[in-house]
Amino acid sequence: MNVVEVSGLTKRFGKVEAVRDISFTVARGSTTALLGGNGAGKTTTISTLLGVLLPTAGRIVVLGEDIARHRYRVLPRMNFTSPYVDLPRKLTVAENLMVFARLYGVARPRRRIAALVEALELGEFVKRAYGTLSAGQRTRVSIAKALLNEPDLLLLDEPTASLDPDIADRVRTQLVDYQRQTGATLLLASHNMPEVERICDAVLMMRAGRIVDTGSPADLLARYGRRNMEEVFLDVARQRNGERVEAAPA
Amino acid sequence: MSSPAALSVRRIYAMILRHLYLFKKSWVRVVEMAYWPTMQMVLWAFIAKFLATNSSLIAQVPGVLVSALLLWEILFRGQLGVALSFFEELYSRNLGHLFVSPLRPLELVAAMIGVSLIRTVIGVGTAIALAIVLYQTSIFDLGVPLVSFFANLLVTAWSVGLMVSALVMRYGLAAENFAWGAIFVAAPLSGIYYPIAVLPPWLQAVAWWLPTSHVFEGMRAVLLEGTFRWDYFWTTVALNALYLLVGVAVFLASFNGARKRGMLLQIGE
Repeated sequence: MNVVEVSGLTKRFGKVEAVRDISFTVARGSTTALLGGNGAGKTTTISTLLGVLLPTAGRIVVLGEDIARHRYRVLPRMNFTSPYVDLPRKLTVAENLMVFARLYGVARPRRRIAALVEALELGEFVKRAYGTLSAGQRTRVSIAKALLNEPDLLLLDEPTASLDPDIADRVRTQLVDYQRQTGATLLLASHNMPEVERICDAVLMMRAGRIVDTGSPADLLARYGRRNMEEVFLDVARQRNGERVEAAPA
Repeated sequence: MSSPAALSVRRIYAMILRHLYLFKKSWVRVVEMAYWPTMQMVLWAFIAKFLATNSSLIAQVPGVLVSALLLWEILFRGQLGVALSFFEELYSRNLGHLFVSPLRPLELVAAMIGVSLIRTVIGVGTAIALAIVLYQTSIFDLGVPLVSFFANLLVTAWSVGLMVSALVMRYGLAAENFAWGAIFVAAPLSGIYYPIAVLPPWLQAVAWWLPTSHVFEGMRAVLLEGTFRWDYFWTTVALNALYLLVGVAVFLASFNGARKRGMLLQIGE
């Protein structure tokens, strides 16, 4: 069964077509990557799935509900995180999590927050103001916020952007653990190819607002005859200019 | 989980709680709320004292200017309370997280109004208490009509605050200064310190379309004539219903515009 069904999605900003007539599905329990360069349309696609951006055309069904008509039925079962959207900086981590726990109607919010603080190792700075935290700590808090309501569908916009490899690896592990424990569906926009290879079982390759290829990382590697997703990414990104990317020497 | 169709008191409370956390940890914020109303009150109390020795009219009711000032502060602080609670979300680039949560725009509006009420009570309440202690002038001398003045001014304030917030959602924080200046456009026309009859006839026609004009005329009727003017009261209620409807509609339209332009995940400092 599909958790996300998108058909004929188009989004124009004036004369700029950010997303052009794309259709795709995301299977329940999968971890799917939206892969593409800057301006490929990944964030625009995620924003329309969340309903914070209205599409110009097309239909989006999430968790069985048409987002245009019944967005508020599914929002309690979804969540989102992005390094480009902050939390109130003067509130402590605990206060931020409490506000969002109440917004999502989490039963026994203190217990849920305590569990996330332990799982995501936030205890050291849970009483500190969010604005005083490092980028890595903020990302972990943001992920805790995204897991508060135990979402069936978790949308992640570049979840490990600007993190050092150690923190990025921890974040990936936490996401994979959550997915395995709950059977949730994860859809992430990413530039990070090792991340995609490691945690995703499906990839939607985007370029200039279109989906230009789909498949599992293994399928794509085989189809493009490449050793890693970075080379596949470069192939897809540069085909725009008719270039063929030569594989780097081993 | 509540019914998806219903507005949720729990979510509204969550948004008010977010601001109470801020107040709790910053005494500067709380002092700032009371600072300007208190300063204004002190200034005008001295002016009133001076005029009381020079004007037989004012001498009859020495507290009229202070009362007018305190009512004006309710209007100004109420409007600022709505706008500033919205700006807090913009300053912290938090709108994206809020609007991917089940929080509905109308619930945010209700929370902004709740925060405005708290801020106004703290800010103007301090000035009212000081006026009693320092000048033996109590706005409570207005009696029961004070409740109607207070409520009506707050509704006007919320309407203007929502329109200012809508403007900022449309044009970004560049429009932030409207929060500080918007209400002052109404000040000369509202007859805060003088009757509307003082204005030129064409301006009087404009002034009577402001709910505030009827409130301040009503205040003078209570203080100077000892009568509560129901005609002013009902006109204010009717105008406020219209203003609030327009304020909410403009805010929702601005929200939908932001959804079309993709601003909700981007708007901020």
